[in-house]
Formats: sequence, C-alpha cells, structure tokens
Amino acid sequence: MSEIFTKGMARNIYYGGGFFFLLLLVGLTLDTLRELPQRDHRENITESVARGKAVWEENNCIGCHSLMGEGAYFAPELANVYDRYGNGNEAAFAQFMQSWMAMQPLPTEGRRKMPQFHLSKEQVDDLSAFLIWTSRINDNDWPPNREG
Amino acid sequence: MKFESQRVAKPYFIFALMLFVGQILFGLILGLQYIVGDFLFPYIPFNVARMVHTNLLIVWLLFGFMGASYYLVPEESDTELHSPWLAKATFWVFAAAGVATILGYLLVPYGELAELTMNHLLPTMGREFLEQPTITKIGIVIVCLAFIYNIGMTVLKGRKTVINMVLITGLVGLAVFFLFSFYNPANLVLDKFFWWWVVHLWVEGVWELILGAILAFVLIKVTGVDREVIEKWLYVIIALALISGLIGMGHHYFWIGPGPYWLWLGSIFSALEPVPFFMMVLFAFRVVSQRRHQHGNRVATLWALGTAVMAFLGAGVWGFIHTLAPVNYYTHGSQITAAHGHLAFFGAYAMIVMCIISYAMPIMRGRPQGNPAVAQKLETFAFWTMCISMLGITLALTVAGAWQVALQRLPESGALSFMNTQAKLIPVFWVREAFGLVFATGLVAYLASFFVGQKAAVNTYVVETHATEAAGEFKAQGACCGSCK
Repeated sequence: MSEIFTKGMARNIYYGGGFFFLLLLVGLTLDTLRELPQRDHRENITESVARGKAVWEENNCIGCHSLMGEGAYFAPELANVYDRYGNGNEAAFAQFMQSWMAMQPLPTEGRRKMPQFHLSKEQVDDLSAFLIWTSRINDNDWPPNREG
Repeated sequence: MKFESQRVAKPYFIFALMLFVGQILFGLILGLQYIVGDFLFPYIPFNVARMVHTNLLIVWLLFGFMGASYYLVPEESDTELHSPWLAKATFWVFAAAGVATILGYLLVPYGELAELTMNHLLPTMGREFLEQPTITKIGIVIVCLAFIYNIGMTVLKGRKTVINMVLITGLVGLAVFFLFSFYNPANLVLDKFFWWWVVHLWVEGVWELILGAILAFVLIKVTGVDREVIEKWLYVIIALALISGLIGMGHHYFWIGPGPYWLWLGSIFSALEPVPFFMMVLFAFRVVSQRRHQHGNRVATLWALGTAVMAFLGAGVWGFIHTLAPVNYYTHGSQITAAHGHLAFFGAYAMIVMCIISYAMPIMRGRPQGNPAVAQKLETFAFWTMCISMLGITLALTVAGAWQVALQRLPESGALSFMNTQAKLIPVFWVREAFGLVFATGLVAYLASFFVGQKAAVNTYVVETHATEAAGEFKAQGACCGSCK
C-alpha cells in the first residue's frame, strides 16, 4: 500500500469504523425491538406456549429439525408444520401431534428415525401450542411453500 | 522461543487436536446417517452425534485460540506470561468440563441431562451450538475470564503491539458476546435475535480479529517482513471485517421475525463480507513474496497462505452465493447452508489453528527451523488432502443444496416433501461421505507428521548448529526461529 495511506489512518478506520457500526447495530436493534411486538404477536404467548418452548429445548429438537430455517437439516422444518398438517384447525393439529409423537420411532427400516421421547399428554399439547404460535410469526413470508 | 512460559501452549494444542479427531469421527457417523437413516439408532441418534460434532469443533477451536494466545502474547509483549500456573490450571478445568459435557451428551438422554443439571433454574439448553448445560456455560465464562485476565496482565506489563491489541479486543469480544447465551426468553423471536449475538458476532465478528492477529504473527515470523507493513494490512482487514460484518448480521434476520428493512441491510452489508477475506489473500501472498528470509519451516508458510485462500472461499465466496435475500429466500436452511458452514469453519478457523500449531509446535519441541524435511513433506501431503477433500465435501453439499431447492422450494405446486427430497439426494450424500473418508486420511497423515523424522531431526540440528556457529551468527539460539523479530 502507498505511503500516503499510513498505519495511523488504518488504525483510525478500524477503531472509528468498528465503533460507529457497533453503535449503528445497537440503534437498529432498539428500533427492531420496538417493532417486534406487532410481528411476533407476543400477547399470544400463553403459559402453555412457554412450557412448549421448554419441551422443545429440553429434548434438543433443534438437533435434527429446523425452526424458521435454523437448526439441523436432517428432519423437516417445523415453523410451518401447523400450516402443513393443521388445516387451520388447532384441535385437529393437537390430536395429530398426540398420535404422531406416540408412534415414534416409526418401524420403517433405513428411514431416519425420531426417538421416542416419552412425553406426557400435557407436554405434547404444550409443544403443539408452541408450534402453532410459531407458525403465526410474521417472518417475511418464509418458507416459499408448505413443504418448508 | 523467547520465553519459557510460552510452553504452556503445548497441552492446549495437543488437546485441541485430540478433540478435532473426535469431531471428524462424529462427522463420518453423521454423514452415514444422512444415507442410512437409522445407522446407530437408538444408541447415537442424529441429534446427539451432531451436538458432539459441532460442540467439539467449538471447543477445540477455543483450545486452539487459547494455545495461540499463550504462545504469541508473551513473545509479542516481550515478557513472561503473567501466570503460567493459572494457564495450566484453567487448561485442566476446561478439559475436564469439556470431556464431562461430551460424555453427558453421549451417555444420558438429553432430557435427563437437562433435568440432572437443573436447566429449569436458568434455562439455556437446547439451542443450536449452545446445547451445553447451564453449569458448563458458567464454567466456560469462568475459564474465559481467567484466560483473559492472564493474557491481559501480560499485555499490560509488556509491549502493546498491534497484534496484541487486536487479539485482546477479539478475546474480550468473544467473552462478552458469549454472555448473550444466558438470555433465553419465552419469546422465540427474541431468543433467536440475540442468539445470533453469540453465533454471528463470534464467527463473523470477533473471531476474525483473532484470526487476523494469529495470521499476522505467523507471517511476521516466517517472512521477516517489517512489522509496520503487516500491522497496516491487519488494521485494514479487520476494519473491513467489522464494518461489513456487524450490520451484515442482518442476513440472519431475514426470516425469523424482524422487519423487512433487514432484507436490504443484510443483503448489502453481508455482500461486502468477502472483501476483507479477499484482502487477506492479497496480504498473505504479498507478504510472502516480499519475505526477507526463507524460514526453514516452509509448511507453516503454506498453512498461512492456505488459511487465507480457504477462508476467502468458505466464508467469502460460499457465504456470498446465498447471502442476498432473494436467493436466501430459497436456500435458507438447506444443504447450501451446510456447505458454507463446513468450508468456512475449516478454511478460516480450523486452518488458522493448524497454522499456528505448525509454526509453534516445532519450536516448543526444540526445532526452531521447523520439523525435519520428511515430517514437513508428510504435513504438506496432509494439508492438500484435507483442503481438497473439504472442497469436495463442500461441492457435494452445494449440489445437494441446489437440487434440494429445485425439488422442494422452487415449485409452487407439486413440490416434493422434505423427506422425499432427502431420499433423492442420497447419491450426492455418498460422494460427501467418500470425501469425508479422504479428509480423515488427511487428518491421520497430519497427526503422523508429528512423529516421523525424529532421528533425522537430531542430526539436522547438529549440522545446523555447527554451520551457524561457524558463521558466527545466532550462537546462543542455534538457528533463527524468527522469535526475535
């Protein structure tokens, strides 16, 4: 690099630029935090939804599935599983979840297997509530289609 | 080696490589599970193997960063490490906590592990890469604090070089952003939003400072190029990394709840993220071409150049191909993401750790001019085998991802389901697994390179020592390892 561009200038770009963009990030974060309540519908986070999130976490569901596209890519996306199998009927989805979870692991040889987690009926209902709430987050219309 | 206390880096490097072996073994298991879905089920379900694979990666890189810091900071500061004793103690604490956590993953169902470690008191488990029990996370914080205290005190009492300052900024950032892993609200959107403050601000933020500092250190040592030149490059590279990377975090905010302006911010700034990596390639090659001396440890130079190139490809190019929002809409969470993850982590972080190991280990073993030729030859073979096979893995996953998008994401009607799509991808997953086996071969060769040519080494030193003594140079040191630069 030329002599006109000195080390001091490079240092100032690093400290100045780094600090400025960190502040910008904090500012944008504050703005996003203000906007989020309209997008995540947090008023609908019931006790059951919160418990469902804990069930999701304590069984490491993210270790195989993705949720809003994040997680592992070994098993189907679940942020829209309610749209895929619920047909807009919460009770029917909860019923489907009860039987689906009880069926695991499916006996098909060579197929990817979901372990049997031995969840109680209430835990599966909580999980359903969590996934239904998740499906209604405004996520800029992702995924492109119902297959996730 | 200038200071005796630099030697504490050795166990860190050795343990890092042991964990690396574990990571690759579990990688091979995972690759096979993509093909034979029920392989090892129910003994090692996919989620457990993946957690072990990714957590081992993170922990071995942390061990590598710590070893690198303990090696280079005393030398840069021109003083002994503040407390070698503390460095040894934290090594054993971190190693024990790491092993206990991995055994916990493997021996107990995750739900029981959560119960056993009383996750309900402060729930932090069950989020990607942050699966560690809360107690382990607290342990990581304590180890990091002790480590940064030790490094910080050393810098404070010694020379404050640019490399030292950049490294310590990166390490402090690493510790500070990790604290966000303790924030886990019931609101999934907030949880995800700040989860990225750990994950993105680590790998696309402060870790790049650590990477830059280590690379600059090795380049000074193996090329003898003037520090002033290298420091200017370092500042420019990390400045661009932060300027692009901080707001570039927006590319993770496209589809998880935050508003549409992130589509623009994330696309524009993250499209700039390859620039600092490209600068790093220019930097490395220019500095090596301007070298003042030919260091005997040629393979260390190869690692330095390789790190810059592979980081540019993995983090830069493979990041760019799916970072623009209109593209990411279709590729988000597909095998394209996996392709990028593999090449970026290997090229940027695994390779920089192997680079500093390649430079520092021989010196700590009394070989200031690097390993004997036969060992360097084997290490060079391992370098190319690992690099090429990782490119193979990446290309295979890229093909799998593109195919997945075409079958599952693009069609507006009649799209294949996730499971049916995955079944179609099995031939490509075989290719990936084959390259995985080649990678494992490269790793074995790499480890073997530490043990070959022992006898030859002794002979070379006798000859070299006589030669330099005759020349009247470097009498005390035997040969120049670059440490005095």
